Amino acid sequence: MTNTTQTRHIPDRLHSRAARLFKSWEALLFAVAIAIFVVNSFASPYFLNAWNLSDATFNFTEKAMIAFAMALLIISGEIDLSVASIIALASTAMGLAVQYGAGTPELVAIGLTVGLLCGAFNGVFVTILGLPSIVVTIGTMSLFRGISYIILGDDAFRGYPASFSWFGQGYIYWVFTVEMLFFVIIAVVYAVLLHKTNFGRAVYAIGNNPTGALFSGIRVARVKFILFLLTGLMSGVAAICLTSRLGSTRPSIATGMELEVVTMVVLGGVNILGGSGTIPGVVIAAFVMGLVTFGLGLLNVPGIVMSIFIGLLLIGVIALPRLWAMVSAQRKARKIA
Amino acid sequence: MMRHIPVRETILASAILLLIVLIASRFAGFVAPANLANVFNDTAPLIILALGQMVVILTRCIDLSVAANLALTGMAVAMINVAFPGLPIPFILAIAVTLGAMMGAINGVLVWKLNIPPIVVTLGTMTIFRGIIFLISDGKWVNSHEMSPAFTGFPRAAFLGLPVLSWIAIITVVAFGVMMSRTQFGRSIFAVGGNPHAAVYTGINVGRTQFGAFVVSGALAGLTGYLWVARYAVAYVDIAGGFELEVVAACVIGGISIAGGIGSVGGAVLGAIFLGVVKNALPVVNISPFWQLAISGSAILIAVAFNARSGRTKGRIILKSAEVTQ
Repeated sequence: MTNTTQTRHIPDRLHSRAARLFKSWEALLFAVAIAIFVVNSFASPYFLNAWNLSDATFNFTEKAMIAFAMALLIISGEIDLSVASIIALASTAMGLAVQYGAGTPELVAIGLTVGLLCGAFNGVFVTILGLPSIVVTIGTMSLFRGISYIILGDDAFRGYPASFSWFGQGYIYWVFTVEMLFFVIIAVVYAVLLHKTNFGRAVYAIGNNPTGALFSGIRVARVKFILFLLTGLMSGVAAICLTSRLGSTRPSIATGMELEVVTMVVLGGVNILGGSGTIPGVVIAAFVMGLVTFGLGLLNVPGIVMSIFIGLLLIGVIALPRLWAMVSAQRKARKIA
Repeated sequence: MMRHIPVRETILASAILLLIVLIASRFAGFVAPANLANVFNDTAPLIILALGQMVVILTRCIDLSVAANLALTGMAVAMINVAFPGLPIPFILAIAVTLGAMMGAINGVLVWKLNIPPIVVTLGTMTIFRGIIFLISDGKWVNSHEMSPAFTGFPRAAFLGLPVLSWIAIITVVAFGVMMSRTQFGRSIFAVGGNPHAAVYTGINVGRTQFGAFVVSGALAGLTGYLWVARYAVAYVDIAGGFELEVVAACVIGGISIAGGIGSVGGAVLGAIFLGVVKNALPVVNISPFWQLAISGSAILIAVAFNARSGRTKGRIILKSAEVTQ
């Protein structure tokens, strides 16, 4: 029986930039993405079609929008399991506004505001009351969707204005959808925020050592609060896109999406314990998940069976490197003996 | 020992009593013994699962796969019953418990040997188990007319005035009371959750205790799976969907600290009964059952805020699982 204390190694720059790039998680993931792409194009004759591929992006664009904000939140050592419920609540609020004759600009404002408010609600409980984010967001997960159920019951809101459908059904140019544009813009914004600003460095610092971050002058609570706000806001954006695409709101909208968002983030190489991860990784992970679900869909695999793959992916992605580390550690130990 | 009055449990018990009195003041029928027995019977699955979840949470883990485990075991035993209608109930019970325990063991091994955060493991297995139900059942339902009368009759059979389902819940509560206070396993669960480092120095294998907790939780989920399917006489992919949250809610309301190490059997049972009373009271006081979800969500938030304020230690993040392995 051995006691190993799990420590996070933060080496100085050991390899050249190019070597690190090739050995990185992102490079591995990119190779996987290409492999899936190739396999898919052989498996189904309908795969390599610009319009089909364009349709396939809806699989992941909305989830990825949330995943970018969630990545920052997880890097800082927190988590938000209520994102799918925020979508439900924001969508319900927009649907309610439609009944009172709200136009597209009002709907967008309402969606974003509800998202922000929900994020703030989570943030207050976690940062001001100092409660563990996992319990708080499990609670708000029930609460937010519960409010949708109170408002809607087993009913549905319809009748969204025609101009509102632009967000989820519109095209910018040829096969490029509005959601793709959002996806790219949001990815760039979050990549810059995480990798090029002081705020981003603070997020990493908090995830690696919250106490150390506090003593080095980072306002830990404020940064975390902002991250919850951002996650809520992104859920609001996703709610606008999803509602616009579906054209109706039911309280069961986006059920289980929080799992796929977390899977995407973890698959993208973000450490679930916090402290490390990149936005490009999450971008590639989004494509991998989109390609897998689209490819399986073309092969007539039902959605619930796909969720088995998602679940296996989530566990496998974390388990395999650890297994590998264990095996190589054993080999090393044997060599020494 | 007499000075040691469990404050949290007393407050919760008073809250439940107050709730019942309030309902009774307008609807006297609610407190009729037969109705209260009904409420208890209706809450029995939640009580059983809450006890399993309590053990897991006490060791600083969380098991979000219980409802999926329940549904998969339920579907499996229902299909076994359809294939072999003559199989006696004790066998069915044994199969259900074993299947559930095996699924719990999968969670446990991943947490113990690979050191993967429990929330990730059980989020993953939750979807995998649900998917497997679809695979084995082909998305079809197993309906009551396909099940044997003995299979569906067992949980409803009356014994000393209460259905067997209620008795199983009572037996589980008693067994857990003994296990948590009188056995080595029970004490090591508290030790692991309270201070994993100290637990290691006293010779407790932290990972194996967590593994044990997952197996216990899984076994109870399996048992409940059979009872659930038999009681409602139907099995399909989505049974008990989202029930894992209600189970966690029962624990949090019952004062089980999500940071591990703090909690009691009485708390978990009272937390489950609180939710059960609320659920059964809603239609009586003419509130739409759609309020249920929001109420349990609010109850989680209020309970966790309340517990954190009264608790000595500040809540730790469950994702930062114990640093000690093996």
